[in-house]
Amino acid sequence: MSATQKTPAPHAAGTALLTHAVGLHARPSVKLTKLAKQFAARIDLGLSDAGPWIDAKSIVKVMAAKAPQGSTLHFRAEGADAAEAVTALVGLVERDFDEGAGDGGA
Amino acid sequence: MAARELTGQPAAPGIALGPIVRIDPGPAGPARAAGTPAQEAAALEAAAAAALRGLADLQAAAQDDEAAAILEFQIEMLRDPALLEPAMQAIGAGMPADAALHAALGGQIEDFAAAEDAYFRARADDLRDLRDRVLRHLTGAAGARAAMPPGGILAGADLTPSRFLETDWRAGGGIALAGGSPASHVAMLARARGVPMAVGLGTLALEDHAEALVDGDAGRVVLDPGAAERAAFAARAATRQDARAAPDAAARGPAVTADGIAVRVLLNIAHPAELDGLDPAICDGIGLVRTELLFGGASGPPDEEAQYRAYRAIADWAAGRPVTIRTLDAGGDKPVAGLTEPGESNPFLGVRGIRLSLARPEIFAVQLRALARAAAHGEIKVMLPMVTAPAEFRAAREMLATEVAALRAADVACRMPALGIMVEVPAAALAVESFAADFFSIGSNDLTQYVTASARDIAGVAALADPANPAVLRLIAEVAAHGAATGREVSVCGDMAGDPAYAASLLAAGIRSFSMAPNAVGAVKLALAALEASA
Repeated sequence: MSATQKTPAPHAAGTALLTHAVGLHARPSVKLTKLAKQFAARIDLGLSDAGPWIDAKSIVKVMAAKAPQGSTLHFRAEGADAAEAVTALVGLVERDFDEGAGDGGA
Repeated sequence: MAARELTGQPAAPGIALGPIVRIDPGPAGPARAAGTPAQEAAALEAAAAAALRGLADLQAAAQDDEAAAILEFQIEMLRDPALLEPAMQAIGAGMPADAALHAALGGQIEDFAAAEDAYFRARADDLRDLRDRVLRHLTGAAGARAAMPPGGILAGADLTPSRFLETDWRAGGGIALAGGSPASHVAMLARARGVPMAVGLGTLALEDHAEALVDGDAGRVVLDPGAAERAAFAARAATRQDARAAPDAAARGPAVTADGIAVRVLLNIAHPAELDGLDPAICDGIGLVRTELLFGGASGPPDEEAQYRAYRAIADWAAGRPVTIRTLDAGGDKPVAGLTEPGESNPFLGVRGIRLSLARPEIFAVQLRALARAAAHGEIKVMLPMVTAPAEFRAAREMLATEVAALRAADVACRMPALGIMVEVPAAALAVESFAADFFSIGSNDLTQYVTASARDIAGVAALADPANPAVLRLIAEVAAHGAATGREVSVCGDMAGDPAYAASLLAAGIRSFSMAPNAVGAVKLALAALEASA
């Protein structure tokens, strides 16, 4: 965070139900952390609203959380694009990491 | 160095002589001399950066989505500073870089290895792979996994299917394994590709040897063969080349018996990559697509899109010819990490094939959807393995219909494919009329082992596991007769269909569809041309 920033950074939070068949596994974790890294905000991921919180941009930590199918993922973010970041991440999880059917062709 | 001869089991026929390429250079030789903490930290950073470049090169060259996804996961893990942070701390406390890397990743590997979920447990292998990759750069052993020289012999403890598929076999080559099994996926790939392979050689001490001769017919390997061995090799290689010429020509011709009966010749494949460079005109379609390889990757089961693309690629190659795709046949001799139950006392009689798919409907449904979508673009047929009771077939057909209906409701292009069964459990063969399947394909390998109660990879009973046992042939004839009477296709897709020695028995049993490895097509067509179907 920039030292010159005077106003408090915006906060945002959101949750999504993890429906992916094998939980927050290798491929979903790659997608999630890559998406998180596109935002400047600090983004935390927790398996409950009380934490513990882990860095959503670290695949090592996201994988270590071993979130199983059926868990609720909690996101909280702090920074200029916090709201966009949470919306994007919740959307990715709700779309089941874009792995389902739907585009109907190659 | 003197020649040394090793005897194991044959896994893929043919002979090859070439330079030894070690599969696993192993925990690289001499210990490094450790420097100051600052030097050690710099060494680890440099090794990680070099490993990352190596992974990126591999990913750029990856031929399929599965391999690319596995590599991407490893790249992302290695890019994350959190991975090596504990090692850097240990280095700061005075530990040498290699020991620090071992200690720091050891904890993370154990953490995954102890996970409840089998998919997370399997990630321990990815971390070990990453650790060893960085270690090789740290200890200067990198580059050992160099490109395959033309005609090289891949030698080591075991070989993964992905490594086999990564290797360029166009200039020949062979495989010599200390462990391994003739029933492994890699052996299947080697037979299909015509790469000579010997397994079960025991300890392979390769340090002082430069060249190896692999005799895949006898399951024998000679390290640094002498002049006499070389001369014998050259003579055999020349004879084989002559012997190949006739089948190669025959492969492009029709499959017709001496008395003019047309026989359908179909291919067995395990991966779309096997079709590269193959002319679809040599066959009447694909009789068996094994899907276990798609599921065997390190990143969990393939998603619907990856499966759809793989199935569609095969249908596109077949250009309108039928393509029979077998749903996941994990279990038995084909364990899939994270899917099959480890520790079954007898996996061949356990939760395998359709039994596993029905027990894991969330994974089966994804495969059925991908198949129904691919069926919109080609003559795709779906085949269920290890079916024992009609209720299993009905349950699978119901699931397929449900998925097709859901796809249609979502306006996704799809088609209800024909649904058939493998006949490989004696109960299904004996009561074949109780199955409302659209077609039947006889899996003669498993049928033989279940009828004779003998495994072909157990040397002491291998002779009893004879597909020409009259009991096996009688069951095949009964299934063929049922198919003929009800107008449903009956093919044989086990290894006996690709062995010219059994062509006469199968013709006599009424079989008119033979499905085999691509490199068997010529020899089988030649054998059929010399036989009379009505004899």
